[in-house]
Amino acid sequence: MVSLAGEFTKGLWKDIPPFRLVLGLCPTLAVTKSCLNGLGMGMATVFVLVCSNIIVSMLRKVIPKKVRLASYIVIIASFVVIVELLTQAYVYSLYQALGIFIPLIVVNCIILGRAEAFASKNTVVRSALDGLGIGVGFMLSLGFLGAVREILGKGTLFEGSQYMIHVFGQSFEPFTFMVEAPGAFVCLGLLLGIMNVLGD
Amino acid sequence: MIEYVKMIVVLSAISAVCGFGLARISSATKTRIEEQKLLNVKGPAVKKILAGSGNNLIADRKEIVINDKKMIVFIGKKNGVPWALAYEMEADGFGGEMNVMMGFNLSDNTLTGVGVTSHKETPGVGSRVTDDSFTGQFKGKESTASFKVKADGGVIDVVTGASVSSRGVCDAVQKGASLYRDVRAESGK
Repeated sequence: MVSLAGEFTKGLWKDIPPFRLVLGLCPTLAVTKSCLNGLGMGMATVFVLVCSNIIVSMLRKVIPKKVRLASYIVIIASFVVIVELLTQAYVYSLYQALGIFIPLIVVNCIILGRAEAFASKNTVVRSALDGLGIGVGFMLSLGFLGAVREILGKGTLFEGSQYMIHVFGQSFEPFTFMVEAPGAFVCLGLLLGIMNVLGD
Repeated sequence: MIEYVKMIVVLSAISAVCGFGLARISSATKTRIEEQKLLNVKGPAVKKILAGSGNNLIADRKEIVINDKKMIVFIGKKNGVPWALAYEMEADGFGGEMNVMMGFNLSDNTLTGVGVTSHKETPGVGSRVTDDSFTGQFKGKESTASFKVKADGGVIDVVTGASVSSRGVCDAVQKGASLYRDVRAESGK
């Protein structure tokens, strides 16, 4: 049996999505144009993942096996709508930047994957920690990927906030390929490769 | 048999609880979301058109009904006295519906400015009607002027290669100008 701390920390390195669990690639590739977008998407995912894991775990003995996926999707979708309404009401600029990818959290494989593979078989506390670990891992990955792409593609970091930094100074000629779609694949591929070399 | 009943009951119960919860959250955030939308989508155009106003333009808006249609009127105030109002009209452009915000000066009934808030025109061609070089022509014109392109007998120069989009903006302004008296009377209440 893994210790409680282990349930949390496994999501930060051993099972870190999307590098170890190569899941949830759609938002990973699409929203990591800047560091803050990546972190924002990650935060939304953490919220949905933790809440849905808790509820699924609480209801794991009540939900009949045959309708479990439908039930999970209803629960996940509800939390996604909550996130959508809250970002719209309080951080509209993030809502505009993430656009369609907030509703698409519903079909993020990581969330359904954790509900099916973990929360439906474990206690509430363990499920919450698992969701938090995997979620934070996902958030850090997206933030890191976003930072790499933003630094190379725009020459800035934390664009869109008052803490914006010009990493290479104003005269930097940006490598715009990195903030386009193909740049996302190249960047993700290289990071995946580095993660594999580093190993466990 | 009992298994099927349980399936239906559990899934219905989960859906019902979720639906109820979402309805509550949706109604709790509704007014704030509307404000944020106005602020972020229409806000920049309103601020530009009613430049020089000292009040909070988004907070001082008014909802009025003209010809059974709901409209939002933004009122610009200088030293607490209303000096101009702005509202939005829609018309068909080349690629679809376009929304045009326009402001009128209350003292001499001239346009304080025009801004395109949303459109589906071709990027680089029709989208040029959103530029100041085109929308600036409306500024200072009387509300009774003929807002048509010059080829149609009006006073507005078209953007070359984008006559349909130009006509769209003119249509919207013309529609808005024809309602100006009603809007003014209605929002003065």
